[in-house]
Amino acid sequence: MKNAKCKIDDLTRAAGAPAAAAPAVSITVSDLDFYYGNTRALNGVNLQIPRGLVTAFIGPSGCGKSTLLRCFNRMNDLIDGAAVRNGSIRIHGVDIYSREVDVIELRKRVGMVFQKSNPFPKSIYENIVYGLRLQGIRDRKVLDEIVEKSLRGAALWDEVKDRLDDAATGLSGGQMQRLCIARAIAVEPEIILMDEPCSALDPIATMKIEELIRELKRNYTIVIVTHNMQQAGRCSDHTAFFYLGQLIEFARTDRIFTNPEKQQTEDYITGRFG
Amino acid sequence: MNADGHIFCSRWTRAKTLEAVAFGLFRAATYVVIAAALYVFGDIAFKGGAVVFQKKAPFVNVPFLTESPETLDIFTLPADGEYRLDAGLFKRLRDANAEVRFKSTVSGGTVTFSVPVGASLHVGNTVYRALMEANGVEPLEHTTQAYAAGGIFPAIVGTVLLVVGSMTIALTLGILCAVYLSEYSRHSPFINFVRLSIVNLAGVPSIVFGMWGAAMFVILFKWNVSLLAGWCTLAFMVLPIIITGSEESLRAVPKGFRDGSLALGATQWQTVTRNVLPYALPGILTSSIMGIARIAGETAAIMFTAAFVISDKLPWQVTQVKDFFFSGVMALPYHIFVVSAKVPQNEYTARVQYGTTFVFMVIIALIALTSILLRARARSKYRW
Repeated sequence: MKNAKCKIDDLTRAAGAPAAAAPAVSITVSDLDFYYGNTRALNGVNLQIPRGLVTAFIGPSGCGKSTLLRCFNRMNDLIDGAAVRNGSIRIHGVDIYSREVDVIELRKRVGMVFQKSNPFPKSIYENIVYGLRLQGIRDRKVLDEIVEKSLRGAALWDEVKDRLDDAATGLSGGQMQRLCIARAIAVEPEIILMDEPCSALDPIATMKIEELIRELKRNYTIVIVTHNMQQAGRCSDHTAFFYLGQLIEFARTDRIFTNPEKQQTEDYITGRFG
Repeated sequence: MNADGHIFCSRWTRAKTLEAVAFGLFRAATYVVIAAALYVFGDIAFKGGAVVFQKKAPFVNVPFLTESPETLDIFTLPADGEYRLDAGLFKRLRDANAEVRFKSTVSGGTVTFSVPVGASLHVGNTVYRALMEANGVEPLEHTTQAYAAGGIFPAIVGTVLLVVGSMTIALTLGILCAVYLSEYSRHSPFINFVRLSIVNLAGVPSIVFGMWGAAMFVILFKWNVSLLAGWCTLAFMVLPIIITGSEESLRAVPKGFRDGSLALGATQWQTVTRNVLPYALPGILTSSIMGIARIAGETAAIMFTAAFVISDKLPWQVTQVKDFFFSGVMALPYHIFVVSAKVPQNEYTARVQYGTTFVFMVIIALIALTSILLRARARSKYRW
């Protein structure tokens, strides 16, 4: 147990260190094999996700991109029979699948925004402070401050500041998704995972979220799964292309879209399959 | 039918005949059910209402609701006598026999009265014995009807205690069990077997639960026929309904709420208590309403475990606290059973039979109404 404590402290220290001093890698995936029961969903994935940038995962349905994303905060633990069989994922140097890692601590530091926006059926205010209340923060002043900061961070403050006590479920689709982003950044994670955050939104709402993503990368490392290649092109710095559970190509986004190395990548991007 | 009509002109076909017949059949079936229900409820409300309500103030038959049952004595006094009786008791005698013309004179606290020759009187056993002792007479004719006089207060109290206690046990156990099955357990053949067993338990006849409760709690645990044994038996009887209902309403809570909560660093317990259970509460209350209806009306399960035919003490009239749990109680459904099955139906006993049934229905309706109001409140709080 002593060891566990130490590891988590390492995680904290690494997170608090200035970006220039620490290596610019946030998440390191090595030789990862991931299984759902006996079905292999990821096969020998090697990937280094840079810190403070936006990394997009693209690929056809069922290629494993969402699975990998959900590995980063161990949300896959909730699925029966889902397990890492080989390889490792390191976040700030800590193997997050090792025994000593407290998955609760991990999830506080690696936030997630889901495909289907999932505001809780509470007020807007209570949605934002949910994660803070879990940590035992009760001081109304502190909570108020964080609510405003988070909503401003998610570009939602001006739209909802007069109705914080209204039900969150009364917001529009785009607002709900931004609320979920605000809720995620309220607990101040270091990494934000986004699983197709715009797939249910209209172009205007999508544009706002994309702007927000570009804004957020100043403070957070962002990993986004998307089906929309234009979206990957617009808002990501690096892009990883997955196909059938394998990482086919990972490079700077402009290279992937203009001059991909692999034929498969080019075929997918130009719309010849997938 | 118009021979040279347009192409859409109406024609009589077999399908249309069938349609008309089917429509009539569905409608008739519905009306039969409604009529039967109206007759049953109307009959009980009419006859029972006549017992419970009265024209004079306070408009409710207070003794019926607040007294214990006693034997009804039907007797004829020897002719030409003058009888003396305490004023309060005389009032009860006169009220019970409103059709008999009493001649009475009051002196102090005592009433001297006479009745017409051969008049048949009926009154509860307390008054009857006082009358016989005060005057030292023997009645000419005397028959008794068990439990036909007095009220049903101990049965009301017993039923409320049984329902509240067993629902508390059942809801606690049931919700814990449902949360485990729905939120914590992994899919496995064993868990599926457990779930199937619970569902099947709901179909077990209540008399079987009664036998099991008697064998287990009354005899094996040596609790005797007691409130506690009744609570446990009824709780286990209603558990399948509560578990199945609660598990279904837990499952109806969108997965996104759990994922969202866990992704914010909540533990499973925090997720369940803050972000799943509150939303499942209306559904859980629905299943508990069904549970209440089932156990409040339960006779077979309590007749070996908790119910006394007659109890001269109220549950809280005990010398030690533990006796409260370890003595039996009267219960409305069992009282109905006793006064209907063991006592002949006649003009004297119809009063207690219908009155008890009416009060029983009102109490179930009140308990259900409380749950429905609670549910409405819980529903209006959370919407998604």
